[in-house]
Order: sequence, then structure tokens, then C-alpha cells
Amino acid sequence: MKTLVWVEHDNASVKDATLSVVTAAAQLGEVHLLVAGSGCAAVAEAAKDIAGVGKVHLADDAAYANALAENVAPLVADLMGHHDAFLAPATTTGKNIAPRVAALLDVAQISDILSVEGPKTFTRPIYAGNAIATVESTDAKLVITVRGTAFAKADATGGAGSVEAVATGADSGLSSFVGSEIAKSERPELTSAKVIVSGGRALKDADTFQATIFPLADKLGAAVGASRAAVDAGYVPNDYQVGQTGKIVAPEVYVAVGISGAIQHLAGMKDSKTIIAINKDEDAPIFQVADLGLVADLFNAVPELTGKL
Amino acid sequence: MKALVCVKRVIDYNVKPRVKSDGTGVDLANVKMSMNPFDEIAVEEAIRLKEKGVVTEIVAVSVGPAKAQETLRTALAMGADRAVLVQVDDGVDVEPLAVAKIIKGVVGEEAPGLIITGKQAIDDDSNQVGQMVAALLGRPQGTFANEVTVEGDSVVVKREIDGGLETVKLALPAVVTTDLRLNEPRYASLPNIMKAKSKPLATKSPADYGVDIAPRLKTLKVAEPAVRSAGIKVADVDALVAKVKELGIA
Repeated sequence: MKTLVWVEHDNASVKDATLSVVTAAAQLGEVHLLVAGSGCAAVAEAAKDIAGVGKVHLADDAAYANALAENVAPLVADLMGHHDAFLAPATTTGKNIAPRVAALLDVAQISDILSVEGPKTFTRPIYAGNAIATVESTDAKLVITVRGTAFAKADATGGAGSVEAVATGADSGLSSFVGSEIAKSERPELTSAKVIVSGGRALKDADTFQATIFPLADKLGAAVGASRAAVDAGYVPNDYQVGQTGKIVAPEVYVAVGISGAIQHLAGMKDSKTIIAINKDEDAPIFQVADLGLVADLFNAVPELTGKL
Repeated sequence: MKALVCVKRVIDYNVKPRVKSDGTGVDLANVKMSMNPFDEIAVEEAIRLKEKGVVTEIVAVSVGPAKAQETLRTALAMGADRAVLVQVDDGVDVEPLAVAKIIKGVVGEEAPGLIITGKQAIDDDSNQVGQMVAALLGRPQGTFANEVTVEGDSVVVKREIDGGLETVKLALPAVVTTDLRLNEPRYASLPNIMKAKSKPLATKSPADYGVDIAPRLKTLKVAEPAVRSAGIKVADVDALVAKVKELGIA
């Protein structure tokens, strides 16, 4: 089977999310990559070194600069003429593009796979991860999004792929990129961080959240996450949200501070290796999944913990 | 401009799903069902656009069993004007691709300027229908919307993306899928619930749109996820620090 993997990038470097997808694709067959962007030759050069990669298709055109689905989906659908499976990371970019590709190919997409069970059989979470479905595709081609935390990352180096430029399509004229507000942070990225400190509604307000959670995160070299309640209350921006509808994370250590543990939140972090929970309510559901629990007032416990670590 | 809002009847957000013991699916018998929360946000957004004078009529559509009428009545009670139920037999799951084809058929009849739906349904968590509808219609898509502004013959959508927010401008007609923070849906008032009962609700079938709903994916098994067992509780911060150091975290 020949697979085509969507390389997630910012026109300068390959994003880590790509590496897990390469691992999933390698379980299906030959791994080809697609680098679609503008002025992104360096990305393709780096991508060809990913372990296990064969051909890297480079589609370098202004129309692909911001990965607008209207422009890139026809490109992918075209390349699928000589590939059997398209795999993209289950990031907001992948989730935006893949279904558009699937519909163009008249294929039922398999979203957010957790494992490859056979050439056309996969597991995926449903009902916020409260059930795991094993599904088999009956379509001639596959369109898949991959949950990054469920697959090991392929080595970023050691591969011997080759870069080949592909014909690019025209701008659809249907959509245009206006701008973006990307949060700049010194901290590690949430989805690839080894340690995450997350805060919930109990943090009271944005200032208290920052004053309480950030020092602990800095001490641990951790990324900062939040529950939906904390995001909805405006303590932190939306891209901090961990959960069913936010980011799915599985760090080495997840520290949940003042988070009760709604099923939608647990769906986003329960695959973390070690979970530490600090909550004053000893009956909070978070303690049912925590390896280490501390029943305490977080406003005393967290500064004390930060000081003693 | 007409707005078409696509809604799905799903297990209520607050109900914990139970996997059937025979591994064929999730037990939905005698379980509270509601409108998919993201679709409520879609209905609310259409109503707000109507209140602003941008949208003139709101048509709610659902693909589902006879009981999905209740979901459409909820949309009508919130403020939609008319509803279309594309009915399938009880217990039949229609996959996102087939739903998208049906919606395309409804769009052909209704010719809406905006098609709004939730970014994903909380039962199958597929996150596909909006993008597929856009693809089948050859129209642009604004997924995971955080803010929607109609400007003349285009719509500006601020999208929630992994690193923050992104803004795109789409030519109308366009498809918008809603994220959590687009708005807070209103509750239907009792008088509006009563009024909704007399609003028009048409019933159709997938065949009316020439759509084959036979599944493309075979569900071989549905299982409980691996259970994570509770660990230990420590007495105080010192004990926690000791444990954390033992784990080699800090």
C-alpha cells in the first residue's frame, strides 16, 4: 500500500505532529509525504530525512501558504490518484482538510485513529473516549486522521527520502487568509510537552491563574493547559483547552490543579503516564484517575509545592 | 439571505455512555437524548444573524430517526422558522459522508447563503460533515468558528486553531462549523416552545435526494476503554514533593 502523509509545518520547519502520523502510515505500507506550502523547500528537505520516508512531494505555491482547505484538498485528491491512503494528524489543520479530501474522493473518513489493526481496520475513540470502536473500511481508498498521542514519533533523522516537485493547482478564489493571532510562549507546546500543569475554574480569574499556575509550570519546564471551564471563564486563551473538544494530550506528567475532572476533560488527558491532582474536594472525579492525589486548598498547596521543588 | 442549520439528535452531554455487553455499540435505550451541543451553538448563531438583519429565514435540517423531530422542534423553539427531517429507521446510523450528500440535496432545494453546523457531534466525534458538505458543493468552509461576521457577499470567520486564532474570508454561499466559544445558546421560552409546535416541519427520506446511506465502514466491535485505576492520596505537600522527586520529575 502506498500512503500519502500530510506534513504539518509553518513553511519553515516540520511540526512534531507529523512524526506520529509517519509511524501510523508505516504500519500500512510505503510512506510518501506531501509538503504543501509557500517557500517551503526547507521543510521538504527536512522531511526527507524522517526515518522510513520514501518520496516527498513538494507543492510550493502561494496558494498553499496558509493551508486553505479549498486550495489544498484538490491537490491531495489529485495525488491520491496514485496513492491508497491519505493520513493527516488530527490537528486543527488535519481536521479541516481531510474530510474535504474524503468527500472529493467519495470515501468515508476514519477520524482520530488510535491503532492500526489491519490494512483497512483501525480503532478510534467515540463518545469522548468512553468507548473504542474497531472499524473496517470498505472503500477502495483510505482517508484517515491520526491521534498523535497514540503513536510513537518516528525519528526526525536517519531517513533517505527524495524530494520531487509536483504540479500545483490554481487558487480557488473561494477563500482567503486574513490573519492570525498565534500565542507566543517560551513554554513547550501543549501537545508535545513532557510535563503539563493544568488549571481549572477554581483558579478564580486570569490573574490568579497566572500567579498560581505559571510559577509551578516554569519550575517544572511544563506547558500550561486548562479545563474548558477555565477557558470559558476567560482565565486563559482557547488554545490552552485540554479535553474532548480541545487538545488531546498524553505527557509523562499531568498536574491537574483545581480541576474536578468532567468526562470531557478526562477524555483529553487520561492517557498521561502519571497524573497528579490537587483539589480541595476529596470526592472530585479527577482523583479516580490520578496516580497521586492531594486534597488541599490549591492556593496554599501550589505555592508551597512550587517553593519546595 | 437564508441560513440552513444542520442539527443532530445525540446522547445528552451529561449522560455517561455505557458500552453494550455484546460489544455492538453504546446502549442508547432509555437514555436522555438532546441536540448536539455544537449544533445548538449553530442554531444560536443563525438566530443572532437574523436578529442583526443579515439572515432572513432559518431552516433547520436533521438526518435521523422519527424522534429527531424533537430536536428540530427545539431548534424551532429557539427561533428557526422551518424544519426538514430526513428520516431514517430507528437504530440506523448514517455516516458523515451520506449526511453530507443529503445536506447537499437540501441545499439544492433551499439555496441558503450560509450553512451552519456544529464542528462535531459528541456521539461519533467524527468532525467531518461541514467540511464534506463544503467539498460536495464546491464552496468554501470556515471550520471551528469563534466569530462570524457577514460582510456583503462574503463572510469573515475567526477560527480556533491549535496555536491560537486564524481569520479567513469566504465567498458566500459558505459553510461554517461552530466551536464552543462562538456564542452561548439561549433557552427556548415556554411561549416559544408552544409556538414551535405549529411551525412547519417537512419529512423527507434519503431516497428523495437520491442518496444511498449504506455504511462504508463496518463496526467490528465497540469496547470499553482501558480503565485507569486510582492511585494514592498523599497527606501533604511534603509527601507530594517526596513522591514527585521519587518519580524523577523534579
